Amino acid sequence: MRRFVVAASGLLLVFAGAACNRGTGEPVVGLITKTDTNPFFVTMKVGAQSAAATAGVDLQTFAGKVDGDNEAQVLAIENLISFGAVGFMITPNDSKAIVPAIDRAHEAGMLVIALDTPVEPAEAADATFATDNYEAGRLIGQWAKAKFATEGKDARIAMLDLNANQVSVDVQRDQGFLEGFGIDVADKGRIGDESDPRIAGHDVTDGNEEGGRTAMENLLQKDPSINLVYTINEPAAAGAYQALKAAGREREVTIVSVDGGCPGVDNVAGGVIGATSMQFPIKMAELGVAAIAEYAKTGVKPQNTAGKDFVDTGVQLITDQPQAGVEAKDSAWGKQNCWG
Amino acid sequence: MTATADFEVRRHDSFGLRLQHLLHGNPVLGPLAVLVVAIVAFSIVNARFFSAANLSLVLLQVTVIATLALGQTLIILTAGIDLSAGAIAVFSSILMALFATDAGVPAPLALLLGFACGTAMGAINGFLVTRIKLPPFIVTLGTLTIFFSLNSVVSNSETVRGADMPGLMTWTGEAIPIGDFRLSYGSIIMLLLFGFFAYALSWTAWGKHVYATGDDVEAARLAGIRTGRVLFSVYTTAGLLYAVAGWILIGRLASASPNVGTEYNLDSITAVVLGGTSLFGGRGGVIGTLIGALIVGVFRNGLQLAGVEVVWQGFAIGLLVLIAVSLDQWIRKVRS
Repeated sequence: MRRFVVAASGLLLVFAGAACNRGTGEPVVGLITKTDTNPFFVTMKVGAQSAAATAGVDLQTFAGKVDGDNEAQVLAIENLISFGAVGFMITPNDSKAIVPAIDRAHEAGMLVIALDTPVEPAEAADATFATDNYEAGRLIGQWAKAKFATEGKDARIAMLDLNANQVSVDVQRDQGFLEGFGIDVADKGRIGDESDPRIAGHDVTDGNEEGGRTAMENLLQKDPSINLVYTINEPAAAGAYQALKAAGREREVTIVSVDGGCPGVDNVAGGVIGATSMQFPIKMAELGVAAIAEYAKTGVKPQNTAGKDFVDTGVQLITDQPQAGVEAKDSAWGKQNCWG
Repeated sequence: MTATADFEVRRHDSFGLRLQHLLHGNPVLGPLAVLVVAIVAFSIVNARFFSAANLSLVLLQVTVIATLALGQTLIILTAGIDLSAGAIAVFSSILMALFATDAGVPAPLALLLGFACGTAMGAINGFLVTRIKLPPFIVTLGTLTIFFSLNSVVSNSETVRGADMPGLMTWTGEAIPIGDFRLSYGSIIMLLLFGFFAYALSWTAWGKHVYATGDDVEAARLAGIRTGRVLFSVYTTAGLLYAVAGWILIGRLASASPNVGTEYNLDSITAVVLGGTSLFGGRGGVIGTLIGALIVGVFRNGLQLAGVEVVWQGFAIGLLVLIAVSLDQWIRKVRS
């Protein structure tokens, strides 16, 4: 009984702190995204807002100015500590550099959930809700392998990555794709250390249309026989397609991608992208808000998916050219479930 | 030493000194030499590099940056700097795309509205520099952030698809094949603009005033040049040029994307510096800038074909910039 009173008064204090700062009686929950310009994070925010309304918590959102902006995220955590928030979700811009700030949040008794991108070490956060990016890559790799086997074509592969920094998401998608295609990836943690002659080359895109187009143009100059293009995300895929179209090669070349954004699904339907692995950012945010609301009520922390060091929010292959042995949904299903 | 003999090169001067004088008189020679050497070197490394198809790619890839760098050159000639170049271009491209799609404005009018918006953004920079007398670096640092923010707000960070736009919006991306060389309409517009401004800077009173203002603003003012007006015209003109770059960008992407161009602000400055235009104002020109933009394009494309890792491509271009600025300093030391 006494313990219950202590716990209850502790909770009340937290709520009172939040109330003093915010003027509402609801527990404060934070969402800190990488930027507030990327549609992926915009969608995440919308998902979190609707989940917060359902769960009866007060959602405070923050974002970095640009990709990689660690300082703004540290500032956001400091603000949440002073608000007396019960917990927050964060898509870290710098997985290692954010850890000291997270430790301070833990000292203040908060629940910290990493969304989309794990922190390093992953245990520094209480839980990680993310897409299995390696699996996302593997699915499009398996699909491409089946397609090329059916058509009896030898693959010449262009790899359009994110940037030169070997970021975890970039590495996992790239290596997952190669493994799915049946290529020996050597070190799983490194892009570009493969020696398979089927790989025509790598280039970087910054994950946007302009970068995708320039990278594809240069790789086509390097090896005009390229017929399979892996892209880090759908904007890069759209740019790559423009380069192929300008070279008159768009019909013979297959593009695969990752994301499941609505423009990307439109491109699957339009034949621009052969197959894409869809992620579920709304689900990430909803699960995150629910977990923090649960923690505020009962003090129970979320559990990882069995056999993984994170909570897998799922990935779904979307294609209008289904291949035997590779489970997929078509673009019509994709249109109903896409984000952005 | 009399004033008239200042720049005469005498027979017994060393080779280095003669070179110094030569470059001082012809600032385009240095960048041109770099460009030629780079093209020769990359052609030796990979035979594919020196083909009509590949060279036309390089021109295509630098078209947007070169157009931005043209506006940037005008500003740097007046000893200013514009950090908001890319932001104005991307924001203008989004605005003209949205005018043509969501607002349902006829394409030519949407295009003109986009140009007007870019010009207005340039005018804001010009007003703050000339009237409020703030340093250009600070002004454009502020407006860069503002324009990128507005760009995100207006577009919801969503790409406007080319398929939804009238053909005129993406027309700049279409190309005329000349054998294997594909010359895009965007590149033609860019080259015509360079020709026009090369003429305007060398042969019109406005051009002389731009140089004079950049060389010594106080002396120019005493000589009766309305330096405030010159500066305002330069920032405004640059804004218009950035908006044209935005139109060319739509053609290149076959869409208008709010998430590109974050690097363009600095890339445009890189092209100007490599082209031999001095950051201290009053010396250089637009033809050098075109060469500077081509140097960046040739290096990116050539290093990729040579199989150099991406990390080192950036390193090489950074090194080039430092060499270019050192060279500029050395040329300025022509003894008086």
